[in-house]
Amino acid sequence: MIPWSRFRSWLNVTLGRSRMENEMEAELRFHLEAYAEDLVRSGFPHQEAMRRARLEFGGIEQTKEQCRDEWHVNLLDSTLQDIRFAVRTLRKRPAFTFLAVLTLALGIGINTSLFTIVRSVLLSPLPFPQPDRLVSLWERSVINENPYNEVSGGIFEDWQRQATSFSQMALIGEDSANLSADGGALPEAIGTRFCSYNLFSMLGAQPVYGRPFSADDDRAGANPTVILTYGIWKRRYAADPVMIGKTIRLNAMPYTVIGILPAWFDYPDRRVQAWLPVNHEVSTQDMHNRGNHRFFVTARLKPGITVAQARTELDGVQQHIHQQFPDALIGKGANVVSLAENLVRDVKTSLIILMAAVGCVLLIACLNVASLFVARSATRGKEFALRTALGGTWWRLIRGQLTESMLLTFSGGGIGALLAFASIRWLVAFRGELPRANSIHVDQNGMLFTIVITIASGILAGLLPSLSSTRGELLEPLKEGSRSIRGGQHRAQLRKLLLTVEVALTVVLLVGAGLMLKSFEELRSVRLGCATGNVLTMSFTLPDAKYEKPFQKAQFFEELLARVRSMPAVNSASAVTVLPGNGHFLDNTFTVEGRPPLLSGQFQDVVIRGSDPAYFATMDIPLLRGRYFTDADHLQNGNAAVITSSMAHKFFPDEDPLGKVLLIDWDGNPRFQIVGIVGDVLSNLNAPPEPTLYLPLNSGRFEYGSLVVRSASDVTSLALPMQKEIARMDPDLPVSDILTMEQIIGKSTASAMFDASLVLFFAVLALILAAVGLYSLLSYLVTQRNKEIGIRIALGAQRRAVLQFMLLEGLRPVLIGLLIGLIGGVISAHLIRSALFGVQPLDLTTFLAVALLVLAVAIAACLLPAWRASRSDPMVALRCE
Amino acid sequence: MSKQLDLLQGTLDMLILKSVSLGPLHGYGILLRIQHISKDRLEIQQGSLYPALYRLEQQGWITSDWGESQNKRKAKYYRLTAAGKRKFLTEAEKWNRMADVIAGILRTSPEEV
Repeated sequence: MIPWSRFRSWLNVTLGRSRMENEMEAELRFHLEAYAEDLVRSGFPHQEAMRRARLEFGGIEQTKEQCRDEWHVNLLDSTLQDIRFAVRTLRKRPAFTFLAVLTLALGIGINTSLFTIVRSVLLSPLPFPQPDRLVSLWERSVINENPYNEVSGGIFEDWQRQATSFSQMALIGEDSANLSADGGALPEAIGTRFCSYNLFSMLGAQPVYGRPFSADDDRAGANPTVILTYGIWKRRYAADPVMIGKTIRLNAMPYTVIGILPAWFDYPDRRVQAWLPVNHEVSTQDMHNRGNHRFFVTARLKPGITVAQARTELDGVQQHIHQQFPDALIGKGANVVSLAENLVRDVKTSLIILMAAVGCVLLIACLNVASLFVARSATRGKEFALRTALGGTWWRLIRGQLTESMLLTFSGGGIGALLAFASIRWLVAFRGELPRANSIHVDQNGMLFTIVITIASGILAGLLPSLSSTRGELLEPLKEGSRSIRGGQHRAQLRKLLLTVEVALTVVLLVGAGLMLKSFEELRSVRLGCATGNVLTMSFTLPDAKYEKPFQKAQFFEELLARVRSMPAVNSASAVTVLPGNGHFLDNTFTVEGRPPLLSGQFQDVVIRGSDPAYFATMDIPLLRGRYFTDADHLQNGNAAVITSSMAHKFFPDEDPLGKVLLIDWDGNPRFQIVGIVGDVLSNLNAPPEPTLYLPLNSGRFEYGSLVVRSASDVTSLALPMQKEIARMDPDLPVSDILTMEQIIGKSTASAMFDASLVLFFAVLALILAAVGLYSLLSYLVTQRNKEIGIRIALGAQRRAVLQFMLLEGLRPVLIGLLIGLIGGVISAHLIRSALFGVQPLDLTTFLAVALLVLAVAIAACLLPAWRASRSDPMVALRCE
Repeated sequence: MSKQLDLLQGTLDMLILKSVSLGPLHGYGILLRIQHISKDRLEIQQGSLYPALYRLEQQGWITSDWGESQNKRKAKYYRLTAAGKRKFLTEAEKWNRMADVIAGILRTSPEEV
């Protein structure tokens, strides 16, 4: 009964809104007239009776508004009204609306995409069952302080026998393979991983087709088997389930495909294309060797064991092993970290910095919109007062403003969400090395995040301005009748406060951007130590099955180089195992013949490269003493060695290294005599040069290499003819990484550049917003104090003094903001110091430059309004009143 | 005339229900009736009557029709619904109990504690 009558009255109200209004009007009129009649009867004159009736009734419009509030549709109705009104107001100021929506869209969009990336990469659990039980095990290096040293096969066996914290341990090794041409597809070099057969069962990942490795696959001499990742299966084999049981040729050997991994499986990263059983791929001797540190170990903790407990236990086990073999090159301890943490170790800082930067930007965008609202509420002061007088409640007015800011933020949020979809692909593409990239996409959590920050921004931007207008003061503008300083001052104070915060945030962003940009420039300007302009490189690996003997390898390199050198336009060509700037790759320990044996537990370790005789001249690596390799350093005669100056300094500080004989800890302890000293090149741009030992490439000890070619014309045009030359020598040999040296440098600085430019972009955006805010604030102050300025000038104030005075007025919040921002900058610089290279966190030039820039922009923004104030005609100003 | 009392929070609804329970009345009539019954001892802001009427109608305790007033003018008449009658009885009962309790407390002399 009641719901029905309620519904009926709701229906009545909804359908007959204007009828209800009329009836309400009539009802109230009847009341007033009836009362007035009674008053007339009791002796009042007619006019007086009517007046009294109105007076005693109270505010008629307020009563009407309260009555409307009792109709429940009022809420919906007034919201629609608010929205209509807001749309109309916003359309009247397209520039304001455009700027606000644009900044909000950028802020919300980029926040959403970064949130999505951070969530997928850093926060969401790994896609395996009980992912928090998975850990990564490392040796603590005995040579340096690196706590993340690869594990040797022998140590892995020791751990399996002795450690008790783990229910399972699996071994992973990094490699690449030549996949032969098949079914019309070209040969290609693919990233592969070796693993112990239990890896997939330990992780809890099953192939979608076929089966995982069995213990029988994972032994020397087993039938060669391979498990493909979903990516290559789809790309190269058109997702054909018949692939199971088929044979593919890896490194010129037949392998049976036994399984296809699921699409979500992108462990350890998406560049891996195929998995092979480790014991089949690595020699039994290497699998038992304690000194050859080449494997990654992943394990599952036993129930109830924490990561810390496991770390303590394994560290103890490893320390004990180290004591047993003090002379062996084995870790002095062990390290256990969670697998999820291990995967994101390299990108965590950079993602957090970016997230903080974009958070700042959104905050600035909100402050800016709020500040614009405050400015507008000044010009709308009278309108608000009038509406209050006509029965608009305080809450209703606030709601109007909230509606307006919500309208802005929701438009911004909508565009921002679209932006997020677009930018996420772009961000992931730019940061190709991001782990777990397969799981990055905008999902409902990302959308929820967008909605939440949109609403939060709307409330922030809409409610901040209302702090300036309290109930009592709303009526002031009406009483004052005309422009006054008093009412506006409160608002100006609030705007100054907002501006101060905005400037402070901008300064923090600028400092961060400046430091990151500078460290990128430092990185960029690092001299590799060799020629980098117009040098083309390409890499390949000779498969053991086809190039088993040393002379086969040497012959291939020599013949290929002869062919390339005879090509027109080639000035010089050579080869090296690992290019400068391409990483550390291979190192080994050695001893110097004739020296007393090293103390127990001490090691001499150098990076080892194989190079063709022409390499140093081709790459402009200077010869400091002695000689380069010659063609005579060949196969069994290839026992000359060239060392870098840093190696000479480190290992021969007080004697002449030339003529000294080095014994390398390889099978058979081969001897190499130092014949030359050359300049250093960098393995990594962001690290000092590593002591390096060059051995003759043509000794036949190296099966992999990179060609380097220089030409007087554009060297990239040589890429295709060179590839053809390689294909003519071996049609089944894939070539990879066809890059110029500049591209190699670009690749290793790409992340730094990306982060720096993104933060810089936001910082500049923030600076523009702050400048616009400052300009409009001062313009507002000038308009407000027009009369005062007019009087001052009329009374003889110097125009210059007025200019100065107004400038200071605008600059005061900037100076305070700048100071706070610089302090914030010091703190944030300290927080991001690990992401900086070659720059001190407290880099004086950066801080100074930021301060000057902000000041200059602020003065520029203030100058026009201040100048206008000083030019104002006192007569005009006074006549305005 | 003795000093008028301000209306207690929430009692206006009850007074309106009581007034219209005695027969259909328009808004002004309700005001007059309350003043009459209370012998002008209650102060009611005239304007506050209407939001209360609209609220009670929304809740279904009263319903309204347009009729003619004594001086032949169109007026909106309110009367009690069946639900309104029940509501009024429970409210009145509650109020009386409350008034008794409060009065009892206020009457209490020191010896009785």
